[in-house]
Amino acid sequence: MHDSPTRKAIRQLKRNKLALFCLVVIALYCIIALLTKTGLLAKGYGEIAGVSYASPSWDHIFGTDFLGRDVFKRVLVGTRIAMSVGLITTLIAIPIGIFFGSLAGYYRGKVDDIIVWFYSTLDSIPYLILLLALTLVLGKGLTAVFIAIGFTSWVGICRIVRSEFIRQKELDYVQAARALGMGHIRIMVVHILPNIFHLIIINFSLMFVSAIKAEVILSFLGVGAQGEPSWGIMISDARLELIGRGVYWQLLGATTAMFLIILCFSIFADALRDALDPKK
Amino acid sequence: MIRYILRRILYTIPLVLGVTLITFLLFNVVGGNPVYQMLGKHASPEEIQELTHQLGLDKPLLVQYVDYLNDLVHLEFGRSWTTHQKITGMISDGLGPSLSLAIPAFLFAALLSIIISLVAAFYRNRFYDRLLVVLCVIGMSVSILVYIIAGQYYLAYVYDIFPISGYESGWAGIPFLILPALIWVGVALGGDVRFYRTVILNETSRDYVLTARAKGLSEPVVMGRHVLKNALIPIITSLAMALPGLFTGSLLLETFFGIPGLGSLSINAINDADFPVIKAMTVFGSVLYMLGNLLGDLMYSLVDPRVRME
Repeated sequence: MHDSPTRKAIRQLKRNKLALFCLVVIALYCIIALLTKTGLLAKGYGEIAGVSYASPSWDHIFGTDFLGRDVFKRVLVGTRIAMSVGLITTLIAIPIGIFFGSLAGYYRGKVDDIIVWFYSTLDSIPYLILLLALTLVLGKGLTAVFIAIGFTSWVGICRIVRSEFIRQKELDYVQAARALGMGHIRIMVVHILPNIFHLIIINFSLMFVSAIKAEVILSFLGVGAQGEPSWGIMISDARLELIGRGVYWQLLGATTAMFLIILCFSIFADALRDALDPKK
Repeated sequence: MIRYILRRILYTIPLVLGVTLITFLLFNVVGGNPVYQMLGKHASPEEIQELTHQLGLDKPLLVQYVDYLNDLVHLEFGRSWTTHQKITGMISDGLGPSLSLAIPAFLFAALLSIIISLVAAFYRNRFYDRLLVVLCVIGMSVSILVYIIAGQYYLAYVYDIFPISGYESGWAGIPFLILPALIWVGVALGGDVRFYRTVILNETSRDYVLTARAKGLSEPVVMGRHVLKNALIPIITSLAMALPGLFTGSLLLETFFGIPGLGSLSINAINDADFPVIKAMTVFGSVLYMLGNLLGDLMYSLVDPRVRME
């Protein structure tokens, strides 16, 4: 029986129990983010729920912060922020990367030179400094973070798409499509793109992780989320509580939530690569 | 070879121009007129006009850009808005502290991760290798902030093994540098070991390794003398490319440990919205990065002549 590569990949993924578990955790984070967004979960995260710095108990499983707000609810809202940063920035970056990468790889010549020059330039600026400079110039806040990360993180995918297009366009099926008189755009979108889509999926999960990490650091440094409990802001608050009073729960809550999603995304990305990469 | 080097150097010129163009657009066009920020809310229109003229911000953008390039060629980055010091001086002051943390940490991290990845490759696909890979993935998933905060809290605050933060120049500064350097190594280890392990394992599946084993060489000799030599090519290239990062310092480590290097300089500039300093650090960091890439490429072409043909 002949199976399509996609079906083969899905079967291989299904066999990988660890990757499936990670996928479940990722799905759980997505659900938490959606429920928090609609207000069904973590309602009243900004309200005072108990005494200041109450240690973890059944009422507040991650305790309360200096104002007496429930840390667990704040971690959930942080989850919403992290997931939306990951999603929105990848949704900005991937189309840009595909667009420039396919143009450069398909047409080569002057178009290629300009695009390669542009992304090489962008890539030579130290990433964190570039992000900090962008968020500062755009005016702090989450919108600036979306734009800064989204419009700078397309370089990796652009490189991959470009080199794949260069390789694919010499293959027989593209020659055949051209001989049948198909237009360039149709060949690029309908014929080549589906053949390199697995690379985009693998990269999506890697970009998601680095976007979450970047947002936490930007918020920690004070140029990211303003007035909202991003994990970065919680870690920044918690740092002083830890040294001053030995209050560890806010730090533990935010960093555990962050650790778990990054770990699961990394493991899942590895499993995806193993399943989808035909070179393996 | 000389033709390759020349071509490679010429190739960096448009990149440097590109970086200057991006920083110029970012800070001088998108960033808006800095005069409002410098003078505060209660400035009179005359004051604003005068300062705008003084800074040359009323000239056409093209003229401003050419002026900016001219300054950069003379290593003139202007003055900081907050301290009013010359930025060139601030950068050269920060280099010492940054390098005194970065160089030992970088060398130690490189050595340690090469050794660990050799061990992992030696035990490939057996228990110790699997364990090391799992530890690497876990280590890479922990935020650098956790390493710093936990390290500082337990090793400096609770157990008092190291000073919490501070800096002194010369040998007296060493105690202050040990903890941040250890944290640097801890953060770098996960990713480095994973990368080096892959590189080494790629080598072990080559024919010459089979020959060496067939000759009856012991596994340590095969790994140490044959595999390592070839695996070191990509490893050293990646290390060369990482060199520029040493000069710009670690933003977070320096701030947490009060080391007055270029990382702290950048973070302070972000906190004060000190545009000229950030602009200077962006250009400085990018040019260094390009030099590192150049160095990496040249080293690679030296050991692998096929690269030159492209």
